[in-house]
Amino acid sequence: METGLSILIGVFFTVSVYLMLSKELVRMLLGIAILGNAVNLLIFTAGRLTREVPPLIPEDLYTPAVQTANPLPQALVLTAIVISFSFLAFLLVLAFRAYQELGTDDANEMRVAEPADEQAPPQGY
Amino acid sequence: MAGSSVSVDISQAMAVAPVSAGDWLIVAPSILTLLGGSLCLMTRKNTQAQPKIGLIFLVLLVAANIGLLARVLDKGVITMVMGNWLPPFGIAFTADALGVTLSTIASIVALCAALYGSVTIDNTGRRYGFYPFLLLLMTGVSGAFLTGDVFNLYVWFEVLLISSYGLLVLGNDRPQLDGSVKYGILNLIGTNLFLIATGLLYGMFGTLNMADLATKVAALENGASGTLATIAALYLLAFAMKAAAFPVNFWLPASYHTPNIVVSAVFAGLLTKVGVYALIRVFVLILPGSRAYMADLIALVAMGTMLSGAMGALAQGEVRRILGYLVIAGIGSMLAGVAVGSTLAISGAIFYAVHSIIVMTALYMAAGVMMLMGGSYRLRELGGLYQASPAFAAVFLVLGFTVSGLPPFSGFWPKVMLVDAAIGDGRNWLAGVILLSGFLTTLAIGRVWIFAFWRGGPEGTADGTSTVRISPIGQLGSAGLWLPLGILTAFVVYFGLQPEGMMQVVTRGASGVVEPLGYVRSVFGGL
Repeated sequence: METGLSILIGVFFTVSVYLMLSKELVRMLLGIAILGNAVNLLIFTAGRLTREVPPLIPEDLYTPAVQTANPLPQALVLTAIVISFSFLAFLLVLAFRAYQELGTDDANEMRVAEPADEQAPPQGY
Repeated sequence: MAGSSVSVDISQAMAVAPVSAGDWLIVAPSILTLLGGSLCLMTRKNTQAQPKIGLIFLVLLVAANIGLLARVLDKGVITMVMGNWLPPFGIAFTADALGVTLSTIASIVALCAALYGSVTIDNTGRRYGFYPFLLLLMTGVSGAFLTGDVFNLYVWFEVLLISSYGLLVLGNDRPQLDGSVKYGILNLIGTNLFLIATGLLYGMFGTLNMADLATKVAALENGASGTLATIAALYLLAFAMKAAAFPVNFWLPASYHTPNIVVSAVFAGLLTKVGVYALIRVFVLILPGSRAYMADLIALVAMGTMLSGAMGALAQGEVRRILGYLVIAGIGSMLAGVAVGSTLAISGAIFYAVHSIIVMTALYMAAGVMMLMGGSYRLRELGGLYQASPAFAAVFLVLGFTVSGLPPFSGFWPKVMLVDAAIGDGRNWLAGVILLSGFLTTLAIGRVWIFAFWRGGPEGTADGTSTVRISPIGQLGSAGLWLPLGILTAFVVYFGLQPEGMMQVVTRGASGVVEPLGYVRSVFGGL
């Protein structure tokens, strides 16, 4: 089970890195969305997967009788999902505004903040 | 309920003793700023009240931090666990000398920025939330400095990151949107790398509490085993991105000169230093074996960062962009301390971080005053500021000497410690590059002073005749501009002339992470 998911996570990372290497903003953002999901799956798998064992403690014991899945990674994943979702929403709006203002979604052509033809500083002292 | 007859001894799992009143100070910085940020958000249409609320809460923040610092210096490391669950199950906030020192300096800088912002941020900026964002940024910064849990550190990183997005796009200019896209995407990738490493760390050790991790990693015989090396490499990449270390720092010169000058000042002071702090925390406290294993790599990165920063500053003709590169050069010096890793080196790195937080913020604030007086940020279009205000020229010269690491100002002592530690470790090259980058910084900042202040007028005017565009200093008589600049300059002079007190504090902070026994004992009780 862990092996299968590890391979899946590897595929996710590959796809996201490929997309993020693009110079178009929309592809980069898709890459970031997939990256977030890959990380979530990774944390989920890091907590080890145990199927169909409810985390119930019998009445006369203090700990579960058999090993159950660790619930903490799921809490971590929930936090990470909320965070990556809100960041993605912000970045999508930012990318749209940048496209409106700058007229391009090609990162190579976004040279407003760092103009290509900027003057050299005064020479000498 | 059926099980109600069973009496359970909760002292096995929960802290039963009430938290002592003074220990509540650990969470005060985060709570105060969160509360102040919410209040500012609710009243954001009342543009007159905004700076007042912001200033009140930031003064409270400084007071809480100073109280916490006094308590930590008095009693040693203190810990508080959320929900009273015993560590490692409850999220621990652990205040040690390293975290509290940086948190205190950061809060002072934020207070100065709020004061400065009351002049430079117009009503539109206030309505769009400068003060809420600033306070929430401080929530993230304070939380990051004080938390004792790796995943919690990630959450605070995200809190400060989303606030910094808000500050960066405030104003909505074209260059800002351009810079924000690069800043936003690269920093989000950086925090995702941080999260990947944290997930793997949890999978390996089953805990995220820093003290618990430090013990468990130390117990692992072979400190540089395969998985741990992977995790350490991911952390190095993630924090290097956050700290703007070469070669993953191109987001910084692309974005730091675009927002309002006070936003640049806060960013230059605080954000990259949180990355360096996280690097020290994770590599020196939790993964010392991996740090030793990767010391040569970190030293190379440090040298590349120092040289690329200093040379980048030499190549720029715009004051804010020069300062952006100087931020990077400073990060290199701190990384040099992490590469060496002895108590002296880490003390030097922490002292350098304190110095850099203050001086970079002050320099950006000074650049804002230069803009108001001379009407431009470009060296070619500036000139004659010395005639307009010799006092301001002197302040800028002091700050320039400080950032170059010349005595008798605050940049000198950490450099002495770092060079000393590097030579003691046999890394003469590293020591040489620290000195070389200081020299190049002197050239870059000296050029700013000579062109913007010393010469008579801007390019194209006969020297010494045209001061037409320079606003007389009287028009800028607002205390909101001069007071923060004066306070920060006073700090760099004070730390330069009286470094002993700060040296003791940073040495304590450094020995607390190099030998984490006190830290672990504070979290887990007398083990």
